[in-house]
Formats: sequence, structure tokens, C-alpha cells
Amino acid sequence: MKGLAVDARGVFAKLNPAHSDGVIALAGNPNTGKSTVFNGLTGLNQHTGNWPGKTVVLAKGNYRYKSKLITLVDLPGTYSLLANSADEQVARDFICFGKPDATVVVVDATCLERNLNLALQVMEMTPKVILCVNLIDEAKRKKIEIDCPKLAELLGVPVVPTAAREKVGLDKLKEAIHQMVFAHQQTRPRPVRYNQEIEAAVAKIQPELEPYLRGKIDARWVALRLLDGDTTIITEIKKYLRVENVEKAPREQGELKVVKCYK
Amino acid sequence: MGPVRDLIVAAIYDQARQIADQVVRRRGAEHDIDWKIDGIVTSKVFGYPLMLGLLGFIFWLTISGANYPSQLLSNLLFGFQDRLTAVCQWLNVPAWLHGVLVLGLYRGLAWVVSVMLPPMAIFFPLFTFLEDLGYLPRVAFNLDRLFKRAGAHGKQVLTMCMGFGCNAAGVTACRIIESPRERLIAVLTNNFVPCNGRFPLLITMSMVMLGAWAGHANSISAALCVAGAVVLGVLVTLFVSWFLSQTLLKGVPSTFTLELPAYRWPKIGTLLIRSVLDRTLFVLFRAVVVAAPAGALIWILANVHIGESSIIGHLGGRLQGFGHLLGLDGYIILAFLLGLPANELVIPILIMSYLSEGVMLELDSLEALRSLLVANGWTWLTALNMILFSLLHFPCGTTLLTIRKETQSTKWTLLAALLPTGVAIVVCFLVAQVVRLFGLV
Repeated sequence: MKGLAVDARGVFAKLNPAHSDGVIALAGNPNTGKSTVFNGLTGLNQHTGNWPGKTVVLAKGNYRYKSKLITLVDLPGTYSLLANSADEQVARDFICFGKPDATVVVVDATCLERNLNLALQVMEMTPKVILCVNLIDEAKRKKIEIDCPKLAELLGVPVVPTAAREKVGLDKLKEAIHQMVFAHQQTRPRPVRYNQEIEAAVAKIQPELEPYLRGKIDARWVALRLLDGDTTIITEIKKYLRVENVEKAPREQGELKVVKCYK
Repeated sequence: MGPVRDLIVAAIYDQARQIADQVVRRRGAEHDIDWKIDGIVTSKVFGYPLMLGLLGFIFWLTISGANYPSQLLSNLLFGFQDRLTAVCQWLNVPAWLHGVLVLGLYRGLAWVVSVMLPPMAIFFPLFTFLEDLGYLPRVAFNLDRLFKRAGAHGKQVLTMCMGFGCNAAGVTACRIIESPRERLIAVLTNNFVPCNGRFPLLITMSMVMLGAWAGHANSISAALCVAGAVVLGVLVTLFVSWFLSQTLLKGVPSTFTLELPAYRWPKIGTLLIRSVLDRTLFVLFRAVVVAAPAGALIWILANVHIGESSIIGHLGGRLQGFGHLLGLDGYIILAFLLGLPANELVIPILIMSYLSEGVMLELDSLEALRSLLVANGWTWLTALNMILFSLLHFPCGTTLLTIRKETQSTKWTLLAALLPTGVAIVVCFLVAQVVRLFGLV
């Protein structure tokens, strides 16, 4: 599936960033109404559907807000970013290497718990995350209430409730994006804490990675991927960042430590 | 993946649950109306009948609803052709140019538009409705067990649903399948779902076959016949998937979680606009782009004579023996080969090669078509094998290109063309021989 990674880059290349003032990635589980949010923001006529994995290619669209031209990239709907499938890899690669100015994670208010997994994974890769709690109308019908201020506090990123089908909350979402991209609003995502062994291994690998990655990619996140045995990430990092030697030291040690941790 | 990944994933899930527990408040029962509906829709007793019933109903609506507008469009478009001819005469356009442009290019186009547009304009909105309602994941759920037994992935059903619209889209949709092995199975077998370009052929041939067999055909029996063809396509998909998972693509089916999304009543307005703009016109445009030049090319093939007969005649003659073995004839085989760019072209090509004057027939009635076919030695077996061959044969050019792009491999693309063709040849051969052996025709 080399082709897909190439697709992701191809789309990014076509985004013409010189022309737009900001690039926003739109991530989310399938069936969260992500494409409806996309259409609601950009007004593009793109097909949205109610089935898993509908968006198989990256769609992009533009909108103007407060005289800024924003480019929105609709990523494939995925349940995780652990690169299990081609779709997940495309989404992950775009957030990681496409360097969007912000990533909006759309979650389904009626099953928040399941959807938060993806949000937490995105927050490990980039601090510039906005959580869009969609389908609040449906949640209300099902008598589910979400405490959004509390959620924002717990996650450490802005949270915007929306009902994209009814076009509720989209202006607030635009404003939140604007604040993050142009007012440089800072977020403090609360990272997921892993068990002692993993954290100890990360603490060792992370500083060794940092000189290679030069702050271009979150070193903690890369360390975690090395620990969980994701080999695709090395090739991708080399391809995108042309960082030399990243393959050598950390990876071997990473594997060694894994063995140490679990023997 | 190793135990580290499991621990990492577990930690993430844990955190998600902790956060959700603090911010989500539920009032009322957890299991709602969706739960009850799913109890029926995915039940062992009602699941399959409901699915088959819906399939048949959609085809019936499509067939009976498309009849009249098809007639109207064809009258309109073929009427305009006479005007074009008059203009050509007035401008003293040479006969060959008039032939290529009007009798070839324009007629090919008019045929495709009048035959394809009405069924698509009915089928796609209905299908999009089911899709937006959230019914399709339930279909996948119902069929999952069968696909698992065949060594394939349950999500393959979703890619097949996409294949109804267009096999190229179905092949692209295979990206939702995680394991490369199962994705390849899905890619290689997607073609056994008849795409929109083949529906008109299936419908027309069903009418012809039933007419020849039972003396009359109505939209209900035709719908049943088309639905039967689709079910057969699914069975062949299962069989070939099983075969592949035993031979070339060995392995055990992977488990997956299929989310059954909440039922959402589709917004009819946007649904209509989207299914007409994004699907109907998109597919039609593609067909027209291919059909117009192909129409011109075929007119030339049918009108340039070498010796006694036209080029098409020569080629058809060469293929006659092989075609007869399959219960078809040389012209049909030739039509399928020339129809590689788009399946929509098979019937127009066939008709053009049957007609001595080398022009696509004005098919204002099914009766005219039937008598033309019978005059060329057709029986109900020919029509049946035509359905089978169309259902099972190689994918169209666009789909093959998409497969090449998705698999990044010429070898798999080649297999994607040869495998279905092999199945089509074997099935048609067996049917023809059995029917002839028992003297049924």
C-alpha cells in the first residue's frame, strides 16, 4: 500500500499552502458526521454517508472566515491511528507529516468514550487539537448530556459542541480554529500516562530521538511507536523529513528495551 | 503486534473511559429503539428475507419506473437524430462523415443516455437512501458469517455494495479492509457484483429471456430475474473468495469490529441532489465520454468492408466456434471484447454488428430487439448465457486501471481480469452443454 502514502502527500502537495492562510485536518471515527462537518464548513458538495470507512480518499475544501482563507482536509474515518489499515496510515501520516496548522477531531456525542480514543491518539502527535463534539442533537434525543467545559479542562484542548446536520455550532468551530491558528492560542493536552516500564523506556528513548527529529515530530510519540513495534514509522519519517540516521541507534535500543521490559 | 502495543492501547482506552465517566451523564434507558430495530433486521429469521425482499423491491421499482422515461428519452434523442441528418444533407456533408458522426457517435451516445439515465436516476437515490439510513452495515453484519467461512472479511460486503454503483468505486472502497490478504480477495472478486453499466444489459436480457421462455415478461418477473443474477453473483463471490483463501491467498480471516451506526432518517432533499449530481451524472458522464468515441469507432468497424463482409463480420466469424461452445455466438464475444472500455457498450455493439446496414438500431420497443435477436439465431439459452457472461466476465477498463493503482501490481491486475473470465467461460460452457445435452433448446 505504498500508493496510499503517496496519495496523502500528493493531496498535500496540491493544497497550495502559499495560497491559503491555514491548513486544518479533520479527523474522526466513521459515522460521527465528520463529512457533514466538512460540508457544513466548506459548502463543498461531497458525498457523506452513514457507513464505516466511507471517505477513502482525502477530500479538501476551502472556506473564508474573518478574511482568512482556510483549507480543510477531510481525512479517512478511522477508529485509531495505529496504522492498522491503509486508511489509518493515511490519516496518521497527514497529521504527522502534513503539518496541519490545527487538527479538528470530530467525535460522536452519543458514544463519546469510544471516540475519545482517537482524540487522545491525535493529542499525542500534536498539541494543536480542537475537539468537535458532534451529534449533540441526537445525544439530547437519547437523553445523553455532555459537560463540554469539563471535557475541555480534562483534555486540555478546546471543545466545541455541534450538530452539523442542523448547522448548529459551526460558527463557534470556525472561531475556535481561528483562535488556534491566528491568535496562537496555547493548549496543554494532558498526555496519556502509560505504566512504569513503558514510561521508563520512553524516558530513555525520547532524549536520544530528539536530536534526530529536531522538534519536527513529537519525540515522545515516535518513542511510543518504536516501542509498540511500528516499523512503518521509520520509513515514513525518513521519507518525509529526510532525517538521516534516525534508523540506527534508537530503534535497536527501543527493541532491546522492549525485550527487557517484558521478560 | 506485541504485548507493548496491547498495553499502550489499554492505557488509552482506560484514559478515554475515565474522562467519559466524568463528563457524560445519561438519563433513561441505554437500549433504545435502534436496538429493537436491529433485533429484527439482523435476526436469523428475518435478516435474509428482509434483505432479499428489499433487493427485489428496489429492482422492481427501478425496472418498472424506468420503462416510461426510457421510452420518452429515446424518442426525443432519436428524433433529434433525424434533424441532425437533415442538417447534414443540407450542408452536403459526405456520407462517411455523416455515418461516423451521426450514425456512430451520436447514436452511441443517445443509446447510452436513454438506456442508462432513467434506471440510474431511480436506483441511485433508493440505494443512497438505504446507505444514509444506516442499513448497509446491517447487511454486512448479516453476511459476515458466510464471508468468514469463505476465508474473507465481513467488510467485503460493504465494498460489494459500492460495486453496485461502480466496480471501480468498489475496488477503491476495499481500502477499508485492514489485512492485505483479505483486501486482495475483495479486490479480485468485486467484479462479480453487477455494476450500473451492466444493469441495463441484465434487465434487457431478462426481458428477452423470459419473453422467449414464457411467452411474456413483466416487470415483476424481470425484477426477480435480476435479483437472482445478483444473488448468483454473491454466491460466486463467496465461492471464489473461498477458493482464493485456500490457494493463492492462504490465511485465516481476521476478526474486526463492525459498528452498527445509529439509524438516521436521511434528509430527502440533500439525498436527491447528491445521488443525482454525485452518482447518476458522474457515472453517466463517464459512460458518455467512453460511448461517444466508441460509437464512432464501431461504426467504422461495421462499415469498412474487406472483401465480402465488414471488419466486425470478419472478427465475429473468427470467434463463432468459441462463442457457440459457450452458448453464445461470435458477435457476442466480440461485443464483450470491444466493450472493454465500458460495459454499457456491449448491447449497442452487438446490435450494430447484427444489423446489415451497420447502424445501431432504433430500439423503440423491446419487441423489435427480440425479433432482431431471434433472427440471428438466439434462444433463451443465448439470453441466459449472456446474463451469466456479463455477470461473471472481466472487469471494465476503468476498473482494471483502478485495480492496478490500488494493488500496485500488474500480476494481480492480470489475475483480476483472467480469473472472472475463466469463471464466466466455465459456467457458460457447462450451462450450454447441459442444456444442449438434454435437448432443452
